[in-house]
Amino acid sequence: MSIELVNVCKSFDSNEVLKGLSLTINDGQTTTIVGASGSGKSVALKHIVGLLRPDRGDVWVDEHNVSRLDQDSLYRLRRNIGYVFQFAALFDSMTIGENVGMGLRRMPELEEDEIRQRVSECLALVELSGYEDRLPSQLSGGQRKRAGLARAIATRPKYILYDEPTTGLDPVTTAVIDEMIVRMSEELGVTGVIISHDMKSAFRISDRVAMLYEGMIRIDGTPDEVRASDDPIVKGFIQGIPELMGAKS
Amino acid sequence: MAAITTHVEAVGQAAIRSVSSVGRAGFLGIDAVRALRKVELWGPHLIPQLARVGVESVPIALFIATFTGIVLSLQASYTFTGAVPLYFVGTLVGKTMILELGPVLTGLALSGRVGANIAAEIGTMRVTDQIDALETLAYDPVAYLVVPRVLAGAIMFPLVVILANAIGILAGWGASLVLLDLSSPEFLKGLKLFFLPFDVRFSFIKSITFGVTVTAVGCYFGFHTRGGAEGVGHATTRAVVIASMIILVLDAFWAAVLLR
Ligand SMILES: Nc1ncnc2c1ncn2[C@@H]1O[C@H](COP(=O)(O)OP(=O)(O)OP(=O)(O)O)[C@@H](O)[C@H]1O
Ligand SMILES: [Mg+2]
Repeated sequence: MSIELVNVCKSFDSNEVLKGLSLTINDGQTTTIVGASGSGKSVALKHIVGLLRPDRGDVWVDEHNVSRLDQDSLYRLRRNIGYVFQFAALFDSMTIGENVGMGLRRMPELEEDEIRQRVSECLALVELSGYEDRLPSQLSGGQRKRAGLARAIATRPKYILYDEPTTGLDPVTTAVIDEMIVRMSEELGVTGVIISHDMKSAFRISDRVAMLYEGMIRIDGTPDEVRASDDPIVKGFIQGIPELMGAKS
Repeated sequence: MAAITTHVEAVGQAAIRSVSSVGRAGFLGIDAVRALRKVELWGPHLIPQLARVGVESVPIALFIATFTGIVLSLQASYTFTGAVPLYFVGTLVGKTMILELGPVLTGLALSGRVGANIAAEIGTMRVTDQIDALETLAYDPVAYLVVPRVLAGAIMFPLVVILANAIGILAGWGASLVLLDLSSPEFLKGLKLFFLPFDVRFSFIKSITFGVTVTAVGCYFGFHTRGGAEGVGHATTRAVVIASMIILVLDAFWAAVLLR
């Protein structure tokens, strides 16, 4: 049981984004994918839930080949996966409470008051208690982001994919979200895949860090391994020194 | 030479694009039919969508029908100039309204209203990842968004058109009483003269296809919106233009198939 991307290639028209990306995400671990803006991190993450299909290569989740699944099996698989969108993607015709409850309403075993209970629990986790009746348009960008996070964790999925969960949040909220991600993994055994630009918190909260560069995984290892890498591309990226990266390519 | 090649290329690319749009529209159609079985997803949204199509369309449809009815009666009497008995005004108003102008004008107006709204709404959901979010929450977006809208179009549209037909005829009747020297019995005599129940059925069938066209085209362009707010604008305009064109073609099609 794990997530595995095998030699995934994906182009949009003439724009080759992924050029043979392979990455294994072990169960119960938190893996952070880093990489420059536009390097294809979001595209890679969307392949895991089948929002995009690879041109070549395979995506495996729980022994299912995601790109080969029929529609019903894909939807069934998605119930085990929570997805936090980079820009929250809240349904703007619904209140925050309804947004967070969306996934729960697809679970027939839940009663209406259990749903309400869970919604307020999840909102409390992201420090949005009492925001149930607000509309997304009445929230700040950071609050929307946290509401999106609450929506993704509400169904208690086995896998959670976070597309930049803390970008644009203040340092204190970032720490709260980071801690929440760690708790999800330690207490609930959730497997997390995080896209992040924040190297410091990536090294702090992840079991593994992978760097996406020019459509492929440049390095994949424990935080210590990545920090110790002497690949100029990796070094240049994590230290924020573009000259190092330019020297190689 | 280079210029010619560029033109040829442009034409070729446009052709490829239109073929692939037809293909994608076909896929969306198949998905929509398959999504019909997911009643739990579209069922709760049908009534609100019916209400929405009704609210958005009735005022404008009645407005158009009223003035069309008035013009029809005046134009008929102007055309007949005493050569044809004036009670034929009733015939012309009734026939034209029911067979042609009721459905077509309502259809065109609604592509600009209901169709545009649907394209903008779904297009915005597309560019803000809300449709992807539905997917990840295991909601089939076709069942959730497309099916209730298209069904609402198919159900509500004929009702709106029947109402528009009736109002148009009433307006024509009123105009012939007030503006022409025609009495009510004469107008009604003309109205009944060539009236066939089939006319109403024809109007009904046509309107169902128009309702499906307007809503399905709106959904299609909304679903395939790209590129932010500007993309939503494009999608909306294209939805209106394409739906209007299809309505006119369908109109000729139904006339050729059912009126011969
Ligand atoms: N649906 C799409 N259609 C066409 N091109 C796309 C699409 N999605 C992504 N791309 C392109 O793929 C490339 C990678 O995009 P992606 O969103 O994965 O970047 P990213 O690594 O997540 O960047 P950021 O850190 O800025 O979010 C970009 O060049 C983008 O234009
Ligand atoms: Mg991204």
